[in-house]
Amino acid sequence: MSETHAPEGRLDVIHDIGYRHYEGPRLGVGYATRSLYTSSLRGAFGLGRSGKSKILPMAMTAIMAVPALIIVAVSIYVKMGKLPVDYPQYLTNLQFVTAVFTAAQAPVLLSRDLRFMTVPLYFSRPLRSSDYVRAKYAAMVSAVFILTVLPMLIMWIGSMLGSMDFGYNTKHFAFGVVAAAFYSLVYAGLGLLIASLTPRRGFGVAAIIALFMVSAGVSGALREVMHVTGHQAASFWVAMLNPGFLIDSTVSWMFDLPLRGNVAQMPTTLGGVVFLAEIAVLAAGTFALLVRRYRKI
Amino acid sequence: MNVTVARLTARGLLGRRRGLLLLALPVLLLALSALIRGIAGQDESTAANILGGLALGTMVPLVGLVAGTGAIGPEIDDGSIIYLLSKPQPRWKIITSKLVVAIGCSIVFAALPTYFAGLILFGTFENLTLGFTIAALIAGIAYSALFLLLGVVSRHAVVWGLMYALLWETVVGQYVPGAQTLSVHQWALSIGEKIASPGVISSSVHLPTAVPLLIVATLGGAWLASSRLTRLTLAGEE
Repeated sequence: MSETHAPEGRLDVIHDIGYRHYEGPRLGVGYATRSLYTSSLRGAFGLGRSGKSKILPMAMTAIMAVPALIIVAVSIYVKMGKLPVDYPQYLTNLQFVTAVFTAAQAPVLLSRDLRFMTVPLYFSRPLRSSDYVRAKYAAMVSAVFILTVLPMLIMWIGSMLGSMDFGYNTKHFAFGVVAAAFYSLVYAGLGLLIASLTPRRGFGVAAIIALFMVSAGVSGALREVMHVTGHQAASFWVAMLNPGFLIDSTVSWMFDLPLRGNVAQMPTTLGGVVFLAEIAVLAAGTFALLVRRYRKI
Repeated sequence: MNVTVARLTARGLLGRRRGLLLLALPVLLLALSALIRGIAGQDESTAANILGGLALGTMVPLVGLVAGTGAIGPEIDDGSIIYLLSKPQPRWKIITSKLVVAIGCSIVFAALPTYFAGLILFGTFENLTLGFTIAALIAGIAYSALFLLLGVVSRHAVVWGLMYALLWETVVGQYVPGAQTLSVHQWALSIGEKIASPGVISSSVHLPTAVPLLIVATLGGAWLASSRLTRLTLAGEE
């Protein structure tokens, strides 16, 4: 009869084969989540990855930031005294860059883990599935936020260098930051949710961009029809169909900015409240669905 | 053209839930057309807006993008193309088979829905529907070939194709009129212009310019794709 002898005080060891045990501090769930967040955020911009995977996110960031630089340079040079584009309006004009960035990078964060079956490896650590989702969601939201705030920051700093009205610029920069927060929450949520459904990156990219493009087309077509048929006053509601239009008209309504963007009519008070609620539902709903998606992997 | 390759490509494109993505677009277009016909009635400018903007401007490039890059991109991405390349099949045959499937997808999911949407919106008057349908068909073929080439060349084919369709054809084309000469959208429109009654559809490219460019883009895209496929290097995951 073989005798099994557990070492004193350690009941979790079946066979002690003589390896040295790890006695140091265990950093726990919080540390693992933070590490995953940092590496995902860096991955969203291709940092720490191959040169090829840097091209795309960096090109998008450049396309987003360079027009702001040009605007600032020109308006300082000709001494305009005022930036020709308002901060939230700048984001509206470059909506499709934000959409393409989201479409390109959301699958990078999720699809690869699904395809190479690395998700179960994450969950063999102290990390729970909700921590994984939280880290990835936070990383994507931060990435889109950086992308959208960067050009406005350039404009704000430029406005101060050009000694333009400090109060006005700071106020409108703050409006822009609110808009950027809306963009990052809604775009990142929608992008990640769709990306989590397919292990193939290409299809994820196409599905996300199809959502943004087709909803914009449908919304625009319906608005046109409502104009033709004389329902102009109610035509602001169609902005609900497209995330970009939705954020554009909500921000304009909240801060009473002139609406030169894609929506013809300013939302009424009821409309504005409903729009705000939709943004909240989109942000929270996509997060909840993501948590549900990863509960069973 | 190899039937087995084509069948496998079609299954890769449409199998599982992926076909639903492609099917969602035409269903949406038809539903919207019915709704608009119900609200606005039979109106030429509305019909031309929907068919030109939504169908030809958004749906055709999107379906071409999904079908063209999806026919070969995922296989190169996960390395399983090696099993296909190691078979005694000339590379141009593989490309032809995949191109045929991509074009078929464009016809079924973009050109035919355009036709039905046109019928719902405007009937057959002034050949508006026919013009846009032929334009969608031609554009679908050219997009499929170009995006198949992109799928062979780049791992980010979808995004580059998107940048072409969104940035070049729409945004750059607005400010730089010369950019429209190199736009599949405008080439296809010039053919639609010829078919529909005068003044219904307008294109910024003349037909004698558009047709040779279309042929060059389609055949050149397919030829380049097969020549790139003959010396394809499989890279690891980035």
